[in-house]
Amino acid sequence: MMPWFLASSLLLSIVGLYVAFFVAPTDFQQGESYRIIFIHVPAAWMSMFIYLVMAGWAGAGLVFNTRLSGMMARALAPTGAMFTFLALWTGALWGKPTWGTWWVWDARLTSELILLFLYIGFLSLTAAIEDERRADRAGAVLALVGVVNIPIIYFSVVWWNTLHQGASVSLKSAPKMATTMLIGMLLMALAFWMYSIAAALLRVRSIIREREPRAAAEV
Amino acid sequence: MQWGSWSEFWAMGGYGFYVWGSFAVTLLCMAGEMVSLISTERAARKHDGEKV
Repeated sequence: MMPWFLASSLLLSIVGLYVAFFVAPTDFQQGESYRIIFIHVPAAWMSMFIYLVMAGWAGAGLVFNTRLSGMMARALAPTGAMFTFLALWTGALWGKPTWGTWWVWDARLTSELILLFLYIGFLSLTAAIEDERRADRAGAVLALVGVVNIPIIYFSVVWWNTLHQGASVSLKSAPKMATTMLIGMLLMALAFWMYSIAAALLRVRSIIREREPRAAAEV
Repeated sequence: MQWGSWSEFWAMGGYGFYVWGSFAVTLLCMAGEMVSLISTERAARKHDGEKV
């Protein structure tokens, strides 16, 4: 099943990148630098989305005491951490030409940085504890505590209207972006989503193999 | 095709460093993660004696 997700991710990114560079027009204000949006926004969306899914699995693991949930949460964390780093990295490279600075202690940037620390905390905590099941539980508690940070990131531009731009894509209002720009960005977001599923499925298989040697024989 | 030439494409309106710096690091991270995941899977399968 994983190859399907990986193949669709590749296909979507090729089409998405084509739209991003060859169809979407130059931005009247930012010129070409706005094209970073085609990976900055999908990476940021995925960093939050993966965290919620991870916390969901972790929570389920705590409640139902199912082994697989803990493994799924741990399979997602590295990819989520990577997208958080990428959101910060592409944001900094976009901020430099448009805001004149790599970093500013803006509400959204700061809460996204906190998200990165939460991921790193989850990864190191679960890696540090010898007993896998206890590690899953400890990780789950941390993940659930950190969930409150996600709405903070999302609404940070509304609550404290600091430097970061408000949401240009929302389900209620008409998109404030040129359609081709929007299409390119949504294609890339879908591509990143398919990629994350493929990565998580691959990683959970190796986690299962490690933890359940007898079950792994039939995997 | 709005780019006059390839060199114009790479220049990216003067923002080449920033745009390609973002895309290159993103590609590196994602491709790197996927390659490492697939190679661990392959190694494990060979170890388990399953057909790759």
